[in-house]
Amino acid sequence: MAENGDPVLHLTGLNKSFGAVHVLHDVDFTVRRGEVMALVGDNGAGKSTLIKCIAGIHPTDSGTITFEGAPVQIGSPRDAAALGIEIVYQDLALADNLDIVQNMFLGRERRKGLVLDEASMEEAARQTLARLSVRTVKSVRQQVASLSGGQRQTVAIAKAALWDSKVVILDEPTAALGVAQTRQVLDLVRRLAETGHGVVLISHNMNDVFEVADRITALYLGRVAADVATSDVTHGQVVELITAGRSGDLGLAPQTAAESI
Amino acid sequence: MSTDIPGGKGPAVKLADADFANDLREHDMRSAVRDYRDRIRSGELGALPAILGLTGLIVLFTALKPETFLSEGNIANLFTQALPITILAMGLVFVLLLGEIDLSAGVASGVCAAVMAKLMVDSGQPWYVAVLSAVAVGIVLGTAIGWLVSVLRIPSFVVTLAFFLGIQGITLWMIGEGGTVPVRDDVIVALANKNMPVPLGWTLAALCAAGYAATQLLRWKRQRDRRLHSRPLQLVVAQSAVVAVVLLAGTYLLSIDRAPSPLITLAGIPWGVPLVGVLLIGCTFVLSRTAYGRHIYAVGGNAEAARRAGINVTRIRISVFMIGSAFAAVSGIVAASRLNSVATDAGGGNTLLYAVGAAVIGGTSLFGGRGKARDAVLGGLVIAIIENGLGLLGTKAYLSYLITGVVLLLAASIDALARRRRSSTGR
Repeated sequence: MAENGDPVLHLTGLNKSFGAVHVLHDVDFTVRRGEVMALVGDNGAGKSTLIKCIAGIHPTDSGTITFEGAPVQIGSPRDAAALGIEIVYQDLALADNLDIVQNMFLGRERRKGLVLDEASMEEAARQTLARLSVRTVKSVRQQVASLSGGQRQTVAIAKAALWDSKVVILDEPTAALGVAQTRQVLDLVRRLAETGHGVVLISHNMNDVFEVADRITALYLGRVAADVATSDVTHGQVVELITAGRSGDLGLAPQTAAESI
Repeated sequence: MSTDIPGGKGPAVKLADADFANDLREHDMRSAVRDYRDRIRSGELGALPAILGLTGLIVLFTALKPETFLSEGNIANLFTQALPITILAMGLVFVLLLGEIDLSAGVASGVCAAVMAKLMVDSGQPWYVAVLSAVAVGIVLGTAIGWLVSVLRIPSFVVTLAFFLGIQGITLWMIGEGGTVPVRDDVIVALANKNMPVPLGWTLAALCAAGYAATQLLRWKRQRDRRLHSRPLQLVVAQSAVVAVVLLAGTYLLSIDRAPSPLITLAGIPWGVPLVGVLLIGCTFVLSRTAYGRHIYAVGGNAEAARRAGINVTRIRISVFMIGSAFAAVSGIVAASRLNSVATDAGGGNTLLYAVGAAVIGGTSLFGGRGKARDAVLGGLVIAIIENGLGLLGTKAYLSYLITGVVLLLAASIDALARRRRSSTGR
């Protein structure tokens, strides 16, 4: 049985180029069970590319991916899903005209012979929502069209947690939300980790990061500037890591940071 | 009240009243009515506009033409009039669910009927060969349209407009200018012109009413036993009762002898009506109980979400056009049966407009993602009543066109307003 804190997903020496542009340089990245790992970096630092490599959308050039201790190849989104890696994209990919249960099982419906097994799907959806202590939706049979932005985000995250997933990657989950709704979603992110998922949180908002993340990986122009515990750094240091690649003793060596530009 | 969720590992999870579990609360009559009113207010109109329209029109035409409109003969006539529109509309519901349109469905029904008639008259084929060939032609046409729309990504409006013109040419070429092909086969003619024996009609109607009530109540009970979301029992019972009353009242009206002379008896449900019933049950089952149906709604609601969920969007798109054109073929056959012939302009004119109108009046959204098979039946009846009633009133042709156009616009406006309402009631 895996313990909290064990690495679930471990990437070493990952490289990725698009033509002549070297987007990821020897990236090491670790997601641990029961932990929220924040992935921060300026626009163009390579966050999205890194996520797409993990999701199997982009093939990697070199480097190894280890999942639960065993080396794996992730060649397609289907491979990633089979391993238990779920990604919640910024545009949430929910169908407005379907209800919450239908959305959570979209494309992976449970069947009894030819017929959809609505009862077992609804039960599973209820259990997942209850496990994550979701209190903000009125009914699991409510259409997604009638939900607010925060509730939609909640449904999208719950959908990712439904599949016995080991790693849940959240791309800017609070970007479009108000204060109260951000609160709800951050609570949910925390609970996701508490229920034994490894969580990756991509965010530009330092308050969010410091509130829920256990560790922070800062990317600077395609290199990992630092992988630090949240408690060991300050807001200012993380901002410097993001903008300059280094902060005091932390971060890239001065010449590496400089030559990357 | 708190709820235990059984099953799963570990301790049962407790859900308090404040949680989402309050969709499990018991309903009394008041809360059931309030629940229904809330849904209407938030733009979930369901079949309400169509039923109101239907009632309004029946009252209107009965008042204007008391002795003819509700006569037994006219009611039977009304049903056969509605048959081809309804079948065509039912196929179009699938296409409209994806937010696409098939402008060629009307003339496709014409060409398929022409294929059937030609095979029977010129080659002496039995009716079932002719019917299967006609449906096969429909499927081929639908596949071609679907391929152009979903693989080449030409807007369906343009593809089917081209087919609308082209198919008329094919029908004209097959039948010859100014010609008609007679349809004399007993089985085909019986569809719209012969009636079921009265006892059989009663048995079928009673079975359908009981079957509907039983499936609804059983589902309600199963949901409640497993502590899942269920509709208020009052609503389920009321709905089953309404369906039963409508079915039995319709059967009663159609079982009265409507022969103009006392020497013969003419009574019973036209054979086309159970055909529509079978299609309705089949389509409803596919759309609401199978993964394929679920995927149609998903693609219509958010194609990108469906694609990311691993649904083959291209295949779904092609398939709905195939279904649409196959239903068009059946509709063409029924229309040919009603007219006893296929003419060069079969399925032309306002056939398609009536069918799209029927689907939209019934409650299918032109924006995709919303609609049911029963919409075609309700809307088809509305359109048939308008056509029939205006005919009885002796309305001038220009006025009939105007009125039908206004009704279609009205239905589309309700659809658009309900959609706005839905997006503005997000909490």
